[in-house]
Amino acid sequence: MKTKKMKSGSSISRGSKKEQAAFYVMLAPFFILFFTFTILPVLTSVVLSFFHFDAVSLPTFAGLDNYLRMFVQDDVFPTALRNTLLFAIVTGPIGFMLAFVLAWMVNEFSPAIRTLLSFLFYAPALTGNVYFIWKILFSGDSYGYLNSTMMSLGLIVDPIQWLKSPSYALPIIMIVQLWLSLGITFLANISGLQNVNPELYEAGAIDGVRSRWHELWYITLPSMREILMFGCVMQIQSAFSVSAVAIELCGYPSVNNSVDTIVSLLTDVGNARYEMGYAAAISVFLFILMAVTKNLMFKLINLAGK
Amino acid sequence: MFKFKKQYFRADHLKVSHRDQYKRFTRSKAGNFFYSFFLIAFGLFSILPMIYSILTSFKPLDELLVYPPRFFVIRPTIENYTVIPSLLDNLAVPLSRYIFNSVFISVVTTVLHVVVASMGAFVLSKSNVYGKKIIFSIIQFSLLYNSYTLAIPRYLIYSYLGMIDTYWVYILPMIPSSMGVFLMKQYMDAAVPTALIEAARIDGAGTFRVFWQLVMPIVKPGWLTLTLFAFRDLWQLIEGGTVFSEELKTLPSAASTIAAGGLTRQGSAMAVTVIMMIPPILVYMISQGSVTKTMSSSGIK
Repeated sequence: MKTKKMKSGSSISRGSKKEQAAFYVMLAPFFILFFTFTILPVLTSVVLSFFHFDAVSLPTFAGLDNYLRMFVQDDVFPTALRNTLLFAIVTGPIGFMLAFVLAWMVNEFSPAIRTLLSFLFYAPALTGNVYFIWKILFSGDSYGYLNSTMMSLGLIVDPIQWLKSPSYALPIIMIVQLWLSLGITFLANISGLQNVNPELYEAGAIDGVRSRWHELWYITLPSMREILMFGCVMQIQSAFSVSAVAIELCGYPSVNNSVDTIVSLLTDVGNARYEMGYAAAISVFLFILMAVTKNLMFKLINLAGK
Repeated sequence: MFKFKKQYFRADHLKVSHRDQYKRFTRSKAGNFFYSFFLIAFGLFSILPMIYSILTSFKPLDELLVYPPRFFVIRPTIENYTVIPSLLDNLAVPLSRYIFNSVFISVVTTVLHVVVASMGAFVLSKSNVYGKKIIFSIIQFSLLYNSYTLAIPRYLIYSYLGMIDTYWVYILPMIPSSMGVFLMKQYMDAAVPTALIEAARIDGAGTFRVFWQLVMPIVKPGWLTLTLFAFRDLWQLIEGGTVFSEELKTLPSAASTIAAGGLTRQGSAMAVTVIMMIPPILVYMISQGSVTKTMSSSGIK
């Protein structure tokens, strides 16, 4: 295929001293602020993970206590880890693909319809409080929309406690999470598709692209590689951090800890028990989990178009 | 004054959509039907919470308190909206101050956020600055660290820098965005060929001019989208633990005093939520309206 686009990742050749200085000046505002408000706090938090710290008295050194406690003592942690991995394995890939497939489908309509459709999909992110519609839908009494519909159809006799029963709560939280996670990745994909050079499609048609699926695999996906990498990181971040949805709909702790996640546990440890050292240790562990996943996924994305 | 030659901007030649210039592979009729059906069903479901909020803001009190909650409004009233001024009368500072704070903070910070992220991304994407690969990978990984745990270290830094209870605490920490730099760098890697920049360089354009007049127009869909993300977050921003003076608080914080009024204020609280939704929706319309129109492609033949 001759449709490979021009290599654009490499840097421009070394210019004069003045040009070099300009680069440093342009990077400085971001770098200084990023270092102060992100890097320093992260490093502090990593150090704190080796201390006992209740946010009031001075930290005392704890060695590996916080980490040992996570794996040996904490009864909730194994369940939370299991749930987090389940959420990540299901909502991560599906959410990532959904955000791309929807963007790809929406992109083929005329600009006006495209703007309208993407508005519909982005609406939850603009609305703010979006959980209550799900609470009404899955409400456990006979007034809940799902229960009352199923009862009037004669499918069930007694109302089902959707959000209180472990076997229903998990899939319900997954669906709500998927629906919520569209936002950023979806819009990034929409604008990414606008940047795909139309000449590539033209060249592809001459070079032997014979179907829309060919076109998708050999032209669209490779041209979208950078934006897909962005979406991938955002999706890993949200899929491993499922928590707000579960706490809003099922409370914390949920029945049998069925939908409690690592981030829910972490928030509880910090908010209710003021054990900041332990909370930091859990964060560090979660970070390592996500970082490993990210590296694996980047290797996969690089396979597109090959 | 130096001017870029027209041929750098391929978009200028592409006034007509590429669809008109050659045939793209299109889907079958059945495929079309399936697509539209699927998209419309999914889209309608997604907009339900927004519609429910709007309907609820027009409900009279007895309909608000009815159990089970009803989706539609039967006897709509605008009372929830008309009582808002009187509910806000007894605020410690005039409402105009909250409006000023919110508008000032969101507009200034959004602009700085987008410009700083784009400049950083430009350097990371197109320069040979020492250590840029390491910096970029730190930026990516920083997105994966749970932000909840960072609250206490951040508070310590704010207080060390004397930022507590000033406007700075709204602005400075919100400017550097790992997500913004990551997004913009990916756009620049994908859409701006290095050869294009080299050509402009040979014509005598300085680094900053290349960035502002050549690169930024090409990645317009990228920064328009980033503007939306930033504005949406900043508009909803409440600094609970770091801003205490009433005259420095934002609109969402004034709005939450209405919601705190209990059950009978429920309708007005929803009305305020609906009013607060309007600016982000406007920003959405403006930014995405131009994203889907731009078709900025910058190829070199």
